[in-house]
Amino acid sequence: MRHIISLLLENEAGALSRVAGLFSARGYNIESLTVAPTEDGTLSRLTLVTRGSDDIVEQITKQLNKLIDVVKLMDLSSGPHIEREIMLVKIRATGAARDEVSRLSEIFRGHIVDVTAGSFIVELTGNGKKLDAFLDSLERGSIVEVVRSGVSGMARGEKSLGV
Amino acid sequence: MELTGAETFVRCLIEEGVEYVFGYPGGAVLNLYDALYQQEQIKHILARHEQGAVHAADGYARATGRPGVALVTSGPGATNAVTGIATAHMDSVPLVVFTGQVPTPLIGNDAFQEVDAVGITRPCVKHNFLVKDVANLADTIKKAFYVATTGRPGPVVVDIPKDVTAKRAEFHYPKKVHLRSYNPVTKGHPLQIKRAVELMSSAERPVIYTGGGVISGNAALQLTELTRLLGFPITNTLMGLGGYPGNDPLFLGMLGMHGTYEANLAMHNCDVLIAVGARFDDRVTGNVAKFCPKAQIIHVDVDPSSISKNVKVSVPIVGYCDQVLAEMIHLLRVQEKRTNGEALARWWAQINEWRSIDCLKFDRSASGVIKPQHVLEKLYQLTEGNAFVTSDVGQHQMWAAQFYKFDKPRRWINSGGLGTMGFGLPAAIGAQLAFPNETVVCVTGEGSIQMCIQELSTAKQYSTPIKIINLNNGYLGMVRQWQELFYGNRYSQSYLESLPDFVKLAEAYGHVGMQITKPQDVEGALREALAMKDRLVFMDFLTDKTENVYPMIPSGAGQNEMILV
Ligand SMILES: Cc1ncc(C[n+]2csc(CCOP(=O)(O)OP(=O)(O)O)c2C)c(N)n1
Repeated sequence: MRHIISLLLENEAGALSRVAGLFSARGYNIESLTVAPTEDGTLSRLTLVTRGSDDIVEQITKQLNKLIDVVKLMDLSSGPHIEREIMLVKIRATGAARDEVSRLSEIFRGHIVDVTAGSFIVELTGNGKKLDAFLDSLERGSIVEVVRSGVSGMARGEKSLGV
Repeated sequence: MELTGAETFVRCLIEEGVEYVFGYPGGAVLNLYDALYQQEQIKHILARHEQGAVHAADGYARATGRPGVALVTSGPGATNAVTGIATAHMDSVPLVVFTGQVPTPLIGNDAFQEVDAVGITRPCVKHNFLVKDVANLADTIKKAFYVATTGRPGPVVVDIPKDVTAKRAEFHYPKKVHLRSYNPVTKGHPLQIKRAVELMSSAERPVIYTGGGVISGNAALQLTELTRLLGFPITNTLMGLGGYPGNDPLFLGMLGMHGTYEANLAMHNCDVLIAVGARFDDRVTGNVAKFCPKAQIIHVDVDPSSISKNVKVSVPIVGYCDQVLAEMIHLLRVQEKRTNGEALARWWAQINEWRSIDCLKFDRSASGVIKPQHVLEKLYQLTEGNAFVTSDVGQHQMWAAQFYKFDKPRRWINSGGLGTMGFGLPAAIGAQLAFPNETVVCVTGEGSIQMCIQELSTAKQYSTPIKIINLNNGYLGMVRQWQELFYGNRYSQSYLESLPDFVKLAEAYGHVGMQITKPQDVEGALREALAMKDRLVFMDFLTDKTENVYPMIPSGAGQNEMILV
């Protein structure tokens, strides 16, 4: 099963490598990982997506909790949550293909953020499936470059991750 | 008052009540050594290799329950310390290891004797720190001791750049630490404890299985009381020996790969397993798919991540073992019917039948050749079970575990988790320094002892009268055993040629050396050596070269699939 785990981490040198090191040392898989400071300068928020059986994910959360730098942890997938990822795609497009790209971008509620005579950059936000669908809809060979932020997320409603 | 980083370091150690620092100097720690030179409260023990220093600090910690402290220089000092740190990590031993580091402006420049000590040690410490500002030094040291000694204990590394040891800051040692991200659970959940007690009371074929957590959690008293209150059979892991009196009738001996027949079969057939401070290690479980197939499992441990890691359990209880066991005793005392007496009697009858095969038997009539088991049996008799026994890794370690009946906790000191050859001698030095008037024995093999042999020199300098029992079979015996049993007698690189003359070697270091070749001389030699209260005696016992350790559960097999003698 796919799990999205959200962590509050001490904003200290080396904290991220403890998390990453845990995954490689114990052979857990990481599909994506994002980390950035929060409104509280002493804390970073890290979101990681992993896959594994319930037993493995239970171990992952226990091992993460055991890290001294991990302040709080939540498995977002255990309840209703919002999942978002941002993507930039550079697309080669000339002639008729240019209209096609801008139309697709509109359908997917993307923004064209850069335009040259031969290319566009489209910015797109959504969950992973939507971003995949956009890439699938583009003409093969037209994609020059893709950058994805990895998943960020938050629990819906009252539930929150804070200190 | 403003102090330099080096002075701060010394003051912090004094505040922590540190008695000994085990270490080895070098460029990056010259300021720290200079500050140590100018005081008298803390004694520094100069090892002959950083691995030895850390093992000695570890031996001290295991023997006393207090944190061990080591100090090494940057670069090679830190890398040499890694084996010691990893050894302590695997066995949850509280250590604070200080590593010197190149000056902060040089970090990352491939400076002379620079290694990323925090990076290298990250996977084998409980936590580590790099102190970049002298203003944070005292606070960090306080945290290091706190983290090392609370919850599930473990080693903590503090990496201190040289310039930080020279700079000055106002000294203030915090009384308390607060780490918002670290709050070990100490008290078990009352409802879970109640459920566990109900399960215990209704059990028909119970077994108590305990590990190193009972030793490090100082829960041996509570464990003994609980076990006797219930009259349940009990077995200890290699790390748990001494948690329950080894000569008590309820004790089934050690379990696991070289555990007793009765302990392993009791595990295999039990209906309720009470695991305390043990972690279901692969050397204990054998093939997990075949492990305790009929049992409901209660697991008490201070580390939540130990629970249901290898084996799913029915009643998990997170908390300090002593407190949880005390709570169980309390509940049982007020209970009318504590156990299922009839079923328990049938269970004991079955266990005693298994016991009667005497799985640790060995050829006592063998003449001409010393049986290693005989040496350890005699050692146990002569020391009346009161010695501190350290060991290295191999057959001798297993025989020591099987034949020395540990009656008290913290007397059996061995590298169970990492299995580090070379651990025994330096660990014995640490234990002997902690208990100068007790008998400290190092049981070793001619392979292992050579991995930290240089510490004989440390033992001389600090007059630690250790008794070294070298069970010299001329082979890397445990490797040879596997090659005999599973590799068609192809003894690849397990024969040690050109062994030194250990008697002369011991003498060269200023100690007493003895070689014992005949079974009838074993007892006399041991008596003679044990009587030399102020000398280190190196006893080189030439033992049966082909003796194997039995019983044995081959890897991948179940607990009921033992090879017997
Ligand atoms: C540092 C290290 N290297 C290798 C091993 C693998 N190993 C385990 S037991 C053993 C043989 C030990 O031989 P010896 O010390 O003579 O003891 P014996 O088994 O003969 O009693 C070896 C090589 C180890 N445990 N530790």
